[in-house]
Amino acid sequence: MKNKNVLILGALSDIAKSIAQKYGENGYNLHLAARKIDDLELHSTDLKIRYNVNVHIYEFDLLKTETHKDFIKNLKEIPSILICAIGLLGQQKDGENDLELRTKVIRTNYEGPLNIISDFANIYENQGYGTIVGISSVAGDRGKASNYIYGSAKAGFTVFLSGLRNRLAKKNVHVLTVLPGTVYTKMTLGMKLPKLLTSSPDKVANDIYDAVNKKKDIIYTMKIWRLIMFIIRCIPERIFKNKSF
Amino acid sequence: MKENLNQSNISGWGGYPIKKANVIYPENIKQILVEVKKRNLIARGNGRAYGDSSINENKTINMKYFNHIISFDDSFGILVVESGVLLEDIIKTFLPRGWFPYVTPGSKFVTVGGLIAADVHGKNHHKEGSFGNFIEWFEIINSKGEIIKCSKTENTELFKWTIGGMGLTGIIIKAAIKLRPIQTSWIKQKTLVAKNIDQTFEIFENNMNATYSVAWINSTKTKDNIGQSLIMLGEHASIEDLDKKNIKNHLEIKSKKNKIIPFYFPDWFLNKNLIKLFNSIYYFFGKNTSKEKLVYWDDYFYPLDKILEWNKIYGRKGFVQYQCVFPLKKSKDGIIELLMEIDNSSVSSFLSVLKRFGDQESNFSFPMKGYTIALDFPVSKETFDLLEKLDDITLKYEGRFYLAKDARMKKEIFKKSDKRIQEFINYRNQNNFDEDFQSSQSSRLEL
Repeated sequence: MKNKNVLILGALSDIAKSIAQKYGENGYNLHLAARKIDDLELHSTDLKIRYNVNVHIYEFDLLKTETHKDFIKNLKEIPSILICAIGLLGQQKDGENDLELRTKVIRTNYEGPLNIISDFANIYENQGYGTIVGISSVAGDRGKASNYIYGSAKAGFTVFLSGLRNRLAKKNVHVLTVLPGTVYTKMTLGMKLPKLLTSSPDKVANDIYDAVNKKKDIIYTMKIWRLIMFIIRCIPERIFKNKSF
Repeated sequence: MKENLNQSNISGWGGYPIKKANVIYPENIKQILVEVKKRNLIARGNGRAYGDSSINENKTINMKYFNHIISFDDSFGILVVESGVLLEDIIKTFLPRGWFPYVTPGSKFVTVGGLIAADVHGKNHHKEGSFGNFIEWFEIINSKGEIIKCSKTENTELFKWTIGGMGLTGIIIKAAIKLRPIQTSWIKQKTLVAKNIDQTFEIFENNMNATYSVAWINSTKTKDNIGQSLIMLGEHASIEDLDKKNIKNHLEIKSKKNKIIPFYFPDWFLNKNLIKLFNSIYYFFGKNTSKEKLVYWDDYFYPLDKILEWNKIYGRKGFVQYQCVFPLKKSKDGIIELLMEIDNSSVSSFLSVLKRFGDQESNFSFPMKGYTIALDFPVSKETFDLLEKLDDITLKYEGRFYLAKDARMKKEIFKKSDKRIQEFINYRNQNNFDEDFQSSQSSRLEL
């Protein structure tokens, strides 16, 4: 039956760290995966001491999709909750001219998550339970000049999650799409963010924890972003194209 | 390597001064070492020093990612943490297991690195001394980029100068501190009323055995009532002290919603009349509520933490704190003269706190045996004029100043206040720290 285990991919991001704390606080055993396994050691010791839970760490490279099967095989157990918190913003301007960078942005935000989540989807479908959480972005709701490479990859990811939800809804597998607005993290460091609309990693983590428990489908965090993005999507393209955001 | 660099306007908790600084957020020691080699920087914890102690416009190293708990030995209460860990996290983690910090300032939103750098004191200084007394060891990065482990027996010079050294001897990355075993998360509080300064001092001197003692002082009173105060004594409650309702959850941490001040109050809000009124009301209610009661730890130690961003009530210009300490024999005269000078001015201190310090052995820390008073004033020309007069009074009575609170002092004044300052400067010179570790404050004071 269901275990109290959660797997967090990209465990060293600010949002992922807050998520780990939230689940640790609630007594979940934590499985943390990231590329820099050395930095995970400190993090895992910290979580064990704070919350008295088991913490397992794994080296995981999202872009090496050929390693994903082995990664899953090596998991201590199959956690019933999978949270994919990996994302790469990249400098839009650089991406416009740099094939390597834009490929990396697309693969990190779309291809990589799609691959690993697909494998888990099959496992969850077979066992008849499980929760998949994908952290996408409001940037995927409409393309704008300042971040459309990132945004388009996130749009693909959002659609992937929505399709997956449609497939698994009858199989007792819950798929949650998380659409954060602006959040104060390493990713947004140095950007001018609207203070009233910008969330903290802890707030995002709380929202995700609640949404998982309430089996929500899509959440915006902060909530106001649902309205903002609704309005932005309503703007006719012929007006939108001349605006700068 | 991508630098987590951000140019932004930063300030201390007082919101004055605000400086444009390059802020770096290193994620591991390697990244700090790279920065240290470039020189001219200061470490910053949670930015709760009031003035410009943790700002360097050239490079401010924000330690927020050094926030890991590393180990805890529950037979001796020895906790090893990275320097960016907040006191709040330590309490949240260890209070339910029966441990509490030995020394805590009036906010839990402070980092361990900051606690060491300012060698903070709490309500128990008269009995147990400052935070430095409970440091087993720490690791610090010096100007050569070496990681040095310091303790009472190892690299003792650096150990002593770093405690209270305001981050000017290197970047503290890790520390082992001792925690206090406690039975419950409650404090037995006793409130005593003092009508004037004589009674206030008498009560402090008669209660040197109390673990905690602190006075809220009505700084708007003069003449016969000068020094009117409420003195709050506290002891950690044992299980037997609790009533039935609380015994079950004797080490509980209640989840409470903090309030937040959502906007800056207008600058005229905290004027002299309102402050007078507030202080009188506070005294009236304090005087007439029950003398002895059990108080929840958070309410006892951190009443202001419940109102997040309370500094906004002073308006956008911010506020300045003024804290000095007088030697025991000169304390009463010094404090009376300070209070009289404030009364003569057009500004008032909203919240004024008086505290008896005990003995203190240290190279550069603020406390000394005697009385310390902490006052806060909204930023204005009148305030700055007043504070210069208060500086003179502090010097006249051989007092000294708390750098963690300072945002505006003149170097001549500071240097006159304490002969240890020159020794600190010499030590920094000898070790080339003076060019490597600098804050806006240390440049202003030429440390």
